[in-house]
Amino acid sequence: MTTIELDRPAPRAAISWTFVVGMTLVGIHAAIALLTLVWTPYDPSSTAGGRLEAPSLLHWAGTDRLGRDLFTQIMIGSRIALQVGIGAVGIGAAIGVTIGVLAAFATRLLDDALAAAFDILIAFPTLLLAMLVVAASDTASLWSAILALGIALSAIVGRLTRILAKRVLQMDFITAARTSGTSWPRIVVIHVLPNIWPTLMVNFALQFGLAAIAEASLSYLGLGAPPPNASWGRLLQEAQGTVYTAPFGAIAPGLALLVLVIGINLFADGLRDVGDPTRRRSR
Amino acid sequence: MSLLLASLVLFALLRLLPGDPANALLGVGADADQIAAARQQVGSDLPLWQQFIRFITSLARFDLGTSFVSQAPVGEEILARLTVTVPLTLLAFALAIILAVPLGIIAAVKSHKWYGGLISVFSQLGIAIPVFWVGILLVTAFAINLRLFPSGGFPRQGWGNPAEALRDLTLPVLTVATVMASSLVRYVRSATQDVLGSDYLRTARALGSSFTEALLRHGVRNGSVPIISILGIELASTFLGAVVVERVFTLPGLGSMLLLGISQRDYPNVQGVLFVSTLLVLFIGFFADLAQRLIDPRLRDRSRGAAS
Repeated sequence: MTTIELDRPAPRAAISWTFVVGMTLVGIHAAIALLTLVWTPYDPSSTAGGRLEAPSLLHWAGTDRLGRDLFTQIMIGSRIALQVGIGAVGIGAAIGVTIGVLAAFATRLLDDALAAAFDILIAFPTLLLAMLVVAASDTASLWSAILALGIALSAIVGRLTRILAKRVLQMDFITAARTSGTSWPRIVVIHVLPNIWPTLMVNFALQFGLAAIAEASLSYLGLGAPPPNASWGRLLQEAQGTVYTAPFGAIAPGLALLVLVIGINLFADGLRDVGDPTRRRSR
Repeated sequence: MSLLLASLVLFALLRLLPGDPANALLGVGADADQIAAARQQVGSDLPLWQQFIRFITSLARFDLGTSFVSQAPVGEEILARLTVTVPLTLLAFALAIILAVPLGIIAAVKSHKWYGGLISVFSQLGIAIPVFWVGILLVTAFAINLRLFPSGGFPRQGWGNPAEALRDLTLPVLTVATVMASSLVRYVRSATQDVLGSDYLRTARALGSSFTEALLRHGVRNGSVPIISILGIELASTFLGAVVVERVFTLPGLGSMLLLGISQRDYPNVQGVLFVSTLLVLFIGFFADLAQRLIDPRLRDRSRGAAS
């Protein structure tokens, strides 16, 4: 009877609908972002359209107060949002994972100091930290926004990495590796990182969404990428002034951001289900 | 101790800001003598460690200095602005709890019903949008289309006219509460799910309690412990995150003071706002801790055991 059990193919990792929908939504944004590199419906700086036009067949999302096509700007906003998301999460991950792993291996004193530093930084909202970093850089640019968000996110990543790595380090196979003389950099690469990677990936995806929202907020406050970078936050800030006459301009960029963040959150959710066998079985 | 550490971090962060604050005092065409005099006046000619000692000793006397730009005492300015930010934060916080707790419990208990699922979907939407967009949408709906509330501003005389002040705060409070409630619902929902799967609830049911009774008597107390620490974090981050909402509704609160301070390189103002915020965040954390201990006797015992 047991042979029947053995003959049955092992259950494949079920890919949930959240994963597929999330992938699709993010994919649409990625495709649009790539498209803007070679083609946009209008020249983004062309002011040929009428001012504050309502959405029409010619201008799908209407025009802004200078007569620029809003749909074009929203498309470019996709590219900015993805650039910021990838850049910020990349920087946050690089700094956070490095310091987090080091803290997990460090002596008690250094570890405690790093843990305290993470806690203090996390007590401040990401946006506030990013604001201070932007203010500290001489000129506001897309890169200063990316750097600021990356640094702000690194504390969150660092804290998580430290906790996860410490948990792995208590495992028996680490003791085995240590007694057999494996150097600690090698333990990090072949034991620690592969074990904490799935959880970190889910976290990175969620941070990506946070970064997109935070970047929009920074631009809204006037601390983000300066024009001509059409960030969604800046589009919304500009549209707020003309919301009486052209309410659609204050809605469309927000919808674009909403779709991106929902897509990423769903994607992260699906990723968690794939990476965590206990959750998969319960479905 | 942590306050001292936090003020050290703040001090370091602020010195990273480029540009001499003395330049903020003067116009573009100031000559070298004027700059030197200004530097002496604001103390930026001293070595860093002396600046820090000055900063710490004046903090101990609750003296936050005077603004470089307006020459007004920073402490007074902060107190005046707190009368906007504190009511805004607390009202939004209260509203968010009133909304989120029942909704979160319903979403968990009735997850198979359509309205249970709907609540979850809405909270997903709520966490995926930035605060300022919620604000803009509410302005569009309630201030422009329905003309129920003003789209921004705050009475010049502050709370001298409470009705008008409250009217001005309605939309900002709704904005913050919506976003806060969305993330709270998720936490309440998962805490409730933990309670629903717990052994003590099953035991209570087996001993003859009705479902509602068991949930109210045992579930709420157990489930609220993790929620309270989340509430503390949410309250603190709303307080610090007031920058954005205050910008949307042009409110003269702490956040707009910070933003202005940063753009004008007005160190004492930025420093003061951040210091007071840190103080409040630490206080909130302390009270959240205290509340948890009051609710869960196990936490009290554990800390006593650790101390002895």
